[in-house]
Amino acid sequence: MKMFEVILLLGLIVCSISVSLTKDLLTSIIIFMSYSLIMCVIWVLLQSPDLAITEAAVGAGVTSILFFITLKKIKAIQKEGQDEQTEG
Amino acid sequence: MSRQKDNYENSWWLKFKRWVEGEIDPLAHGMETVRPDQETEDRRWQREKLLQARTAKERKSQELREALEARELRQYQKIYQVLSVLLCVAVSLVLLWTITYLPEIGDAGNPDNNEVSARYIEQGLKETGAVNIVTGMILDYRAFDTFGESCVLFIASCCVLVLLRMDGGSDGEKSGKKGASGAKKRMAETNDRLYEPKNDVILQQCSCVLVPLILVFGVYIVLNGHLSPGGGFSGGAVLGSGLILYLNAFGFRRTGQFLTEKVYRRVTLSALTFYCLAKSYSFFTGANHLESGIPLGTPGDILSSGLILPLNICVGLVVACTMYAFYALFRKGGM
Repeated sequence: MKMFEVILLLGLIVCSISVSLTKDLLTSIIIFMSYSLIMCVIWVLLQSPDLAITEAAVGAGVTSILFFITLKKIKAIQKEGQDEQTEG
Repeated sequence: MSRQKDNYENSWWLKFKRWVEGEIDPLAHGMETVRPDQETEDRRWQREKLLQARTAKERKSQELREALEARELRQYQKIYQVLSVLLCVAVSLVLLWTITYLPEIGDAGNPDNNEVSARYIEQGLKETGAVNIVTGMILDYRAFDTFGESCVLFIASCCVLVLLRMDGGSDGEKSGKKGASGAKKRMAETNDRLYEPKNDVILQQCSCVLVPLILVFGVYIVLNGHLSPGGGFSGGAVLGSGLILYLNAFGFRRTGQFLTEKVYRRVTLSALTFYCLAKSYSFFTGANHLESGIPLGTPGDILSSGLILPLNICVGLVVACTMYAFYALFRKGGM
């Protein structure tokens, strides 16, 4: 169990460093989602399941969805050839 | 007579009059006019050459300046990167250093092990009637905190509404009259809605199975908040994300049948008002040592622990509606 916690905490550190180092916004949001997921498991291990539920719903779910919509609105996510469609 | 006329034609008055009317130039005969000859062209050429030389010099100096600026910028960026890394390392070192001074987890002499938590643990079940002591604390002893949090959520959704709302989105004539900006906004909205009911079969089939489960789980968390882990906030967040999934799969037309802006406003306001009134009553009676008259019931039953269950439902409704409203406002600027 101790080993599992250590692995999770290392995962947190790796996630938080790689969020700041990635150039792509989409990738950084996905890493942020995985950070929230790891945090959720850690909350369960720390015996606070209500916080775990909230973290999973808000941190991994709603917040990253809002980030995705914002990226789509500011046109940071774009498929190839979508410019003409949106312009025309 | 003719002499008089001659006189008049040569008179100053006539000349003045003609000059005023612009017929002749009074200086036409009296002044030596200089033709545009070689000399002026020479001069112009000279001037151009001078100008060219000056611009060349300026350009050279500007290039020099730009190069200097670029070098300065690069140096600045390098210093900036080094400084930011140093700052991060310093802050994390300070935090780690502080952590070494923290007492150990589970130590009996910890400052958090005081009479407040002892009272919560010993008397919590008897005083609040909630088996889940965390909900008992959140919604009974510290209900005012929770009220503030739900109000913060409501205010946040109001701010998002102010910032992201598109006016007159549904009725086209109104926004068309409002000129270019309205038309542009409407166009962006229709562009986003072009993909609106996406008719993604995989997503729809998955959400057919998942959405009822998620919603039932959210309702269970909300209603069982005083018996098992969970409560208004987490259950409301689960409900809200279930609604968002449903919205993504089936589009705004389906969710608009039961969740419009009016419904959102009424639900949120009535939930917050009920919370405020109920908690004001129980605080008033508690502070004045009166009997509140709210039965606590037998601990462990679903209908027990007094006000906690309705307050949980209120908080859950506010949180679920706010999550959905955030998503809808971000997505299309309206509900």
